[in-house]
Amino acid sequence: MTQFIIICCYLASLLGLGIFSSRLFRGTSKDYMLASHSIGPFLLLMSIFGTTMTAFALVGSTGEAFKEGVGVYGMLASSSGIIHSLCFFVLGVKVWSLGHKYGYTTQIQLFRDRLESDKIGVLLFPVLVGLVIPYLLIGVMASGTVISVVTKGAFPGIFEASAGAIPAWLGSLTVCGVVLIYVFFGGMRGTAWANTFQTIVFMILGVVTFYVIATELGKQDGFIDNLRVVSSKIPTDKLTRSHISKVKFFTYFFVPLSVGMFPHLFQHWLTAKSANSFKLAVVAHPLFIMIVWVPCVLVGVWATGMADLPGIDKLPSFLYKGGGSNKLLVFMVGKLTTPMLGGFLTAGILAAIMSSLDSQFLCIGTMFTEDIVVHYGGKDRFSDKQTIIIARLFIIAIVAITYFLSLFDNKTVFTLGVWCFSGFSSLFPLIFAALYWKRLTKAGAYACVIAAAGTWIYLFAQSDFAVNRSYTIDLTIGGEIYELMPVTGMILASTVAMIVVSLLTKPPSEATLAKFFPEKS
Amino acid sequence: MKYVIWLLVIVLIILHQDNWNWDDDTLVFGFMPITLLYHAGISVAAGVTWFLAIQFAWPTDLDEETPATKSEEGAEA
Repeated sequence: MTQFIIICCYLASLLGLGIFSSRLFRGTSKDYMLASHSIGPFLLLMSIFGTTMTAFALVGSTGEAFKEGVGVYGMLASSSGIIHSLCFFVLGVKVWSLGHKYGYTTQIQLFRDRLESDKIGVLLFPVLVGLVIPYLLIGVMASGTVISVVTKGAFPGIFEASAGAIPAWLGSLTVCGVVLIYVFFGGMRGTAWANTFQTIVFMILGVVTFYVIATELGKQDGFIDNLRVVSSKIPTDKLTRSHISKVKFFTYFFVPLSVGMFPHLFQHWLTAKSANSFKLAVVAHPLFIMIVWVPCVLVGVWATGMADLPGIDKLPSFLYKGGGSNKLLVFMVGKLTTPMLGGFLTAGILAAIMSSLDSQFLCIGTMFTEDIVVHYGGKDRFSDKQTIIIARLFIIAIVAITYFLSLFDNKTVFTLGVWCFSGFSSLFPLIFAALYWKRLTKAGAYACVIAAAGTWIYLFAQSDFAVNRSYTIDLTIGGEIYELMPVTGMILASTVAMIVVSLLTKPPSEATLAKFFPEKS
Repeated sequence: MKYVIWLLVIVLIILHQDNWNWDDDTLVFGFMPITLLYHAGISVAAGVTWFLAIQFAWPTDLDEETPATKSEEGAEA
């Protein structure tokens, strides 16, 4: 019950923050969607980091380390530290500059201009929204799971079927409702503030969680002694990558390229006050990833050996089944901390989840109004107030679809995340070529998107729709089998299609090239 | 200097593929798996590399502030 009260207080404080930031709202759709380009370095760092660190980073990384061992950090965290900042540096700053110059709010506006094609939006819109939905699903599913696990036994008379816990469907519904309300009130400014607040919360509480879990498991006098005792019980296969193929590990490197095409990140980039605002995010992002992921991975691998520690029970069997590993972090928090601390730590986990959901909610509303409603309906057809209402209605529709899907899905957060990110990564060649390759043509871009979507659907089906968690593209060369992550095939197909078709078709007009590739004075 | 920065990024990508640590189960300081410590080091090295990048390879042909910000500041003045 204590955890429940703390979670309620936390959710209420977020609503308060959203309502407060709405008092600064300037009433225009530009302010609602881009905070009038007013976000400085610190808010930009925190909002970008909070957005990219989802349930995937906390709940997913702990659960995956529990299954696969410490190699998980190298597969996604250290690679992301290199690739994410590379994307902010190479793409983010350039996108901000073009958006600032030509007034873009969404990716599709940029592509329509650069490719001299109106219809590219019709092709890209469903692909991008279709990929955002599984990303949303990760957060919606994880939030319900977290609340359900932590409130077990709190309401025995009301929720008998779930052993007195708030059912996952109700937890997810509540979190969606809270995020919707503060996004609706605060728009992009409220989202940036809420992200900053939540990022601070989950980083601090993450470190506290790590300390408390180590202390409770180790039962020694000193912190380092606790770490030594707990780590000594980790099974050897979880300390090494002996069960992960080297080629598979290498091809994981392509997954973080997804940040280059995340529509919600694109929108965050455009909120920057100046190009210099990016500098802090570029430098601090890898370090922040380390601060969040190292403790999560260690907790995950500690769990594999904790049954050998004196006075610690065996882990329950549900953690080993299907998406059960998603519950590991919350289970550990609930089992090893006091109800009061457990409540705060759970709030921290929810903070990480919600700091991504809010940006995703806002971005799909923005894309729908800007790329479909205003683009096809005409700029003067709707007032700013009507545009904001349309955005909100579309957000509610997409959240309802995602919520509905979450009721049936039981995949691991990590697996779902990797498939979702792989889809965005396969479109990375498109944004990179749009900004740096003059020869990219409209037809080349179409070929790229179709090849990316086609290979994604094909490979996703081949993996039994993510049921086969360890699905890889197996390449046999000289009797040796090389396991490639599916993202490798997707990026290869989209890049080859884009280059070949672009070279075979008419280059863009001189006017477009002058606009996007001006001569340096 | 710009080329040195891009070379550093390539070196980081190569160092990330640490085949030499693959089967090493050493616990550094008695508690930190060597694989995890090495890759945490890669994260720190990435931070340092990107710090050098913003110092020496930052694009110089960008407008520094948005028109919206400029006009707000102008109004305040």
